[in-house]
Amino acid sequence: MIVKLLSGDTPRSKILGAILLMILVALALAPFLFPGIRSVDTAARICVFILLVASYDLMLGYGGIVSFAHTMFFGMGAYGVALASTHMGRGYDALIVGAVAGAVLAAVVAFLIGLFSLRVRAIFFAMITLAVASAVAVLVSQLSGLTGGEDGLNYQIPRELTPAFKFGGEVMGVKLNGKLLNYYLVFGGSLILFLVLLRIVNSPFGRVLQAIRENDFRAESVGYRVVNYRTAATCISAAVAALAGSLYAIWLRYVGPDTVLSFEIMVDILLMVVIGGMGTMYGAVIGATVLVVAQNYLQELMEVASNSVEGVPLLPQLLDADRWLLWLGILFILSVYFFPTGVVGRLRAGK
Amino acid sequence: MSRVILQTHDLTVRFGGHVAVDHVSCAFKTGELTAIVGPNGAGKTTYFNLISGQIPISEGRVELNGRDITRASVSQRCDLGIGRAFQLTNLFPNLTVLENVRLVIQQRAKLGFSFFSMADSHSEITDRALSVLDKVKLFSLKDQAVSALSHGNQRKLEVAMLIALDPAVYMFDEPTAGMSVDEAPVVLDLIAELKAEKDRTILLVEHKMDVIRTLADRIIVLHNGALAADGDPAEVMASDVVQEAYMGKELTDV
Repeated sequence: MIVKLLSGDTPRSKILGAILLMILVALALAPFLFPGIRSVDTAARICVFILLVASYDLMLGYGGIVSFAHTMFFGMGAYGVALASTHMGRGYDALIVGAVAGAVLAAVVAFLIGLFSLRVRAIFFAMITLAVASAVAVLVSQLSGLTGGEDGLNYQIPRELTPAFKFGGEVMGVKLNGKLLNYYLVFGGSLILFLVLLRIVNSPFGRVLQAIRENDFRAESVGYRVVNYRTAATCISAAVAALAGSLYAIWLRYVGPDTVLSFEIMVDILLMVVIGGMGTMYGAVIGATVLVVAQNYLQELMEVASNSVEGVPLLPQLLDADRWLLWLGILFILSVYFFPTGVVGRLRAGK
Repeated sequence: MSRVILQTHDLTVRFGGHVAVDHVSCAFKTGELTAIVGPNGAGKTTYFNLISGQIPISEGRVELNGRDITRASVSQRCDLGIGRAFQLTNLFPNLTVLENVRLVIQQRAKLGFSFFSMADSHSEITDRALSVLDKVKLFSLKDQAVSALSHGNQRKLEVAMLIALDPAVYMFDEPTAGMSVDEAPVVLDLIAELKAEKDRTILLVEHKMDVIRTLADRIIVLHNGALAADGDPAEVMASDVVQEAYMGKELTDV
């Protein structure tokens, strides 16, 4: 049953399996295990990023396609929900219309970009995505009448998904309210879509993508029209990224260029997929969890560390909470150096 | 029975000023095994590349079953029935042996765009792939990554991929190059077996004269990109021009 859900693609390493199970349980019970607005928010962000990074992995790790437009697709889904909720009024219909419209738009744009640039060299596709993504980001921040510009959009979502909606009392000291339902919408949506992606990479289509990544010349000569497969992968990846964006928009009840369109998110995605391990899907889980947790908690951890070594010369300055980006950077370099195939690749090789 | 399946008309390709294949016109019939010989650099592999579509044609035409495929893409030609094994091993290195063969069969079954079925669940495809691997004696290595195989086994897999594709026209480019003395017969037996099934058209680039003598129905000789001789093996090998130019050095001593 579990193997079937995972499409036969098991972790293939005991340690990896244990880590993944831990992450799954932690995320599934996050509102109860780690109560508190900030920690639940982190958990929701992890869910969304796992899905976002997994969709990127389909393209990069399986298809060997480098794209810099993944945040743009993410943003399309997020803005889809935001705009639909703004103009249609609060309601589930707005959420559904927004999410579907965002996903369709993302797939269409991916198709057009792919049609024009995937026939030629891979580097050309990467450059085009970079150009289109930058253009869209500028456009969104300039069209303030429609998108709210740099300020972004605040909007209402159905009451059942907000903290104002209460049902029943408390369980384990956690108030049963709409925010909890909202979290499980994000968690459930991400989990289901992740399993769908896992199925896709283990389908005949997924095998063709791997073959193309390995040797596109040979794939073509056994009869696979490479450009069609690459374009299809790009479209699926874009649509799923947009759905991740929609979930994020439902969770935050706010979208803005910095939260869903900035180039920093693109860099984060790249780091997550590389740290976790490309072409494994599970790498997305590890990469997203490690990075989001580090981004949210490294600063505090360092504060504690800095205070605890107060008497020692130099160390407190090095461990000052303001240096957290420096340490995050060092963490990346070390992890890429020691795990060139990502955490998942390392664990699988060392079994 | 013996009808022309593949034909090249004045097939030519130029790289800058150099004419690598020079107006080669040749027809290949079903059921015939044609050996293509000539010294290194004569244009044998380039001629193959023009037929299977890896290199764009400068001049001339290629016809398959009377249909002009001069401008068709590599994958289209493959769909139409031209299959190719490469001289330099050209596989999917990080996938398993079984996966390599299965990819080919899966393409023939038009399953490439199946998104939600599990690749492993198509048992008829797996079974066919396993039977091909059994034929080339790679069955026991099916779960190995290709990059871990010996050179000889990679060559066998290269041939297995072509057999799995089962095209109308088989193109082998030095299938036994670099294989050990005990490995080469496995591949040559397979080619002989294919030949015995009458409707297969086989094009074979090969240096080893004993191989050509046993297998070929016909020999064509390329020299500086042009067709130098074409005909019955005994006749071609005996002809003065061939004897002088190639048999003396290039062919007999390999």
